[in-house]
Amino acid sequence: MAFISRGFRGKRRDTASGSRVPPGQHVVDDFPVLSAGPTPRVPLSEWSFSIVGELDEPKTWTWDEFRRLPSETVSVDIHCVTKWSKLDTSWTGVSVETILEGVETAADYAVAYCDGGYTTNLPVDDLRGRQAWIAFEYDGQPLDPEHGGPARLLVPHLYLWKSAKWVRGISLQAEDEPGFWESNGYHNRGDPWREQRYWGD
Amino acid sequence: MRQSDLKLDGNAIAGLLREIFTMEMTNAESTCAGCGKVHAVGRVDVYLNAPGVVVRCPACEQVLMRIVRGRGRYWIDLTGTRCLEFKE
Repeated sequence: MAFISRGFRGKRRDTASGSRVPPGQHVVDDFPVLSAGPTPRVPLSEWSFSIVGELDEPKTWTWDEFRRLPSETVSVDIHCVTKWSKLDTSWTGVSVETILEGVETAADYAVAYCDGGYTTNLPVDDLRGRQAWIAFEYDGQPLDPEHGGPARLLVPHLYLWKSAKWVRGISLQAEDEPGFWESNGYHNRGDPWREQRYWGD
Repeated sequence: MRQSDLKLDGNAIAGLLREIFTMEMTNAESTCAGCGKVHAVGRVDVYLNAPGVVVRCPACEQVLMRIVRGRGRYWIDLTGTRCLEFKE
């Protein structure tokens, strides 16, 4: 239970970091947990990650195989559509660029799918170019299940609902297919700098 | 915060549903399109710490309703609710 009033924040970071905070957002220091359902808990021995859909052969990695892929640690700002932003968050993961290396596909669209049934759709271009990762560590520690562990998609240049928790694979598709929130009011792309929150934004 | 703190019951959205349906809905009965079980709306599982409200079947955890509110509009998905029964 917090006994300090919400208005009593000490030094405000919003102003100093203004150019890093998209319109309508405010900076938080904690890491709020958002969840659309129960937290799935899959043992690593049963976990796998797959690329399916528009490619010659679906590809699948076990946890051990996935962890042997080259990974990197990145520091990024994250922006949730519920209006909080968190600056300088540190994640370790495998870039989607690395995962898609050698994958021949004509697909323009992708759907990330997850344990628990969550989905989110993105243009493949938003996943390539070292701007999206399958992250398995936060702040140097294994990713907590509450935050999407063992692994979540991380696409920090889009609103955080695109950074699907408990991700298990990516389906490459010729046609765009709106995901869990995109099919019910939320914006199809979700660029925080354009405040693409809802349909019609 | 742990998961148990995030899951509420249907009473948590009594006000929201009254706004949408303009009547008390917690005694309404919803049939899950997935498993067919019937639950009073007051007893379903509700997740509020999300971009929208997610209502799930307490028996099979399938989504019964998704309610998003923004820009002065509602978006309501009831595909997971096969039937919603309530008194006039």
